[in-house]
Amino acid sequence: MNILIIDDEVQIRKLLEITLNSNDYNTMSAATAKEGIMMSVVHPPDLIVLDLGLPDEDGQEVLRKLREWYLGAIIILSVRSSEEDIIKALDNGANDYLTKPFRTGELLARIRTALRQTQNTATIQKLEFDNLSIDLTARTVTIDNEPLKLTATEYSLLTLLAKNDGKVLTHQYILKQIWGPGYTQQSQYLRVFVGQLRKKIEPNPVNPKFILTESGIGYRFCTKVEE
Amino acid sequence: MKLDFFKQSIFKQFVVSNLSVIIVALLCYASVDYIGYRSVALLLLATVSILSMFFTLYPVLTAATLSALIWDFFFIPPHFTFHVSSSEDVLLLLMYFVIALVNGVLTSKVRALEKLELQKEERSNTLKLYKTLFDSISHELRTPIATIVGASDNLLEKDSHVSENDKTKLIAEISIAAFRLNRLIDNLLNMQRLESGMLSINRDWCDVNELINSPINRLKDELSTHNLQVQIQDDFPIIRLDFGLIEQALFNLLHNETLYTPADSTIIVTAGYAKGNLIISISDNGKGFSDEELRMLFTKFYRSTVKTTGGTGLGLSIVKGFVEAHEGQVKVENNSPNGAKFTIEIPSEILELNGSMDFTDFVIKENVEHETLSDQYIPKRKHKEISSDEI
Repeated sequence: MNILIIDDEVQIRKLLEITLNSNDYNTMSAATAKEGIMMSVVHPPDLIVLDLGLPDEDGQEVLRKLREWYLGAIIILSVRSSEEDIIKALDNGANDYLTKPFRTGELLARIRTALRQTQNTATIQKLEFDNLSIDLTARTVTIDNEPLKLTATEYSLLTLLAKNDGKVLTHQYILKQIWGPGYTQQSQYLRVFVGQLRKKIEPNPVNPKFILTESGIGYRFCTKVEE
Repeated sequence: MKLDFFKQSIFKQFVVSNLSVIIVALLCYASVDYIGYRSVALLLLATVSILSMFFTLYPVLTAATLSALIWDFFFIPPHFTFHVSSSEDVLLLLMYFVIALVNGVLTSKVRALEKLELQKEERSNTLKLYKTLFDSISHELRTPIATIVGASDNLLEKDSHVSENDKTKLIAEISIAAFRLNRLIDNLLNMQRLESGMLSINRDWCDVNELINSPINRLKDELSTHNLQVQIQDDFPIIRLDFGLIEQALFNLLHNETLYTPADSTIIVTAGYAKGNLIISISDNGKGFSDEELRMLFTKFYRSTVKTTGGTGLGLSIVKGFVEAHEGQVKVENNSPNGAKFTIEIPSEILELNGSMDFTDFVIKENVEHETLSDQYIPKRKHKEISSDEI
């Protein structure tokens, strides 16, 4: 697997190279947007780790340019931690977002998820997470092999999140997918239904392990409780 | 002497000072037969002197002139003319003028000096405040940096005798130090957002259970030495506020609990809703606060003198700033029998979950045909209610 690192900070590049190489990924590094875009064209990588604060061009702009043709995964790694920046990057086509400082373990997990999602094109019929199982063809959900009663909306929400497991989905994206384009501002629906859903699938709804909250941004479905 | 009543507009000062002179003059006029017209001059002079203690230069000078004219016109024989017959009275009148004017000018000079002194004191207070801030920030920055430098030096040393176990401990210290630095920078940035007035509130619906559990999860390690109890109902209504800001406020309060209460203390977090306010309280059974601390706690850069652990004095002022940005308030009081209790009150809309949404029509029964699944459920009744509330 080839990963392209676009970051102007030598220290971060060095840290990423060491971390990624020791986890059997090949790395290429670029210090500027221009260099990075060129490298991605010459040697299309499987995944790009992109910093938003590049010296020659705004990272969001670089992201938009890359997304015009690049279909692989892009993970944003940035010191910009405002909700607006994160949502904008996700809207611009980033697969995931991590703010500096970050845990390398977290980064590796996000890379694995992003690679899995961009490369797995086979149609999935069944999703399994611990004791939770979703049969997409029969449209049934079971917990510990016991069938679970869900409303239509709860089912749609659960499958949308579970199909994108490990990936953060923004509130707006979820609202648009489940309720339609006219409902992107009705975030209270989402809160209510996530609450309902958690009560049905989470062993401890107050401290969820399946549907994780990305505060101010959206939700991330996960099979394990993150450290 | 500071009397705010007298720190009024210049117009009011003119009215009040001239009125006082006239009132005193009327009283004197009634009793001039008993006290003689020369003592009237002294009484009027006393009035002007008293006025000069409170008022600024020009109202006092006007009052002085007015009183001199009144004395001349009504009291010095011949009456009801400005003409003065005896040369003794001419001298008295002149002296009266001089004393009244000098009086006014002198007091105003004294007052200008006082003001200067006050400004100086204020400036030195600000300087002291900045010095405190810089001292505490440099301490807070240098401590983790010292840890990082020391620990990494130790690890980089070629022929070191540090055991593998100790190496792991050193690396853990580096990690803790780095996160401490990051927390300080977060606090400084938040303070800057508050101070610059750049803070904008993005209210959105959020789950109070999440709001409270998020900072608790972030502080999992630090809280592990304490006995934490969260008392909140599962189906707490959802609430509209800026999740990021209030979560940070709760984080700062809980982080303080881990720093300033002894290990094994009990920390109780509760949430409730009353009179349009979300009320979250965090209480402990630690040492509590002295009266001075209770009064000063939310003041910028204030740090309790009793506690030895570092701190910049930013944490609680950020709590106050973020809560007040929501038009809410934060209070601290001592807990009985011991410990402290912080309470945050934030005005917010709520959306009651209990029984307000009827899902029965949409429950999937075992053998129901699956076309119904594609029907999207929109809680119509609530939708109307909400949209009418929204601005």
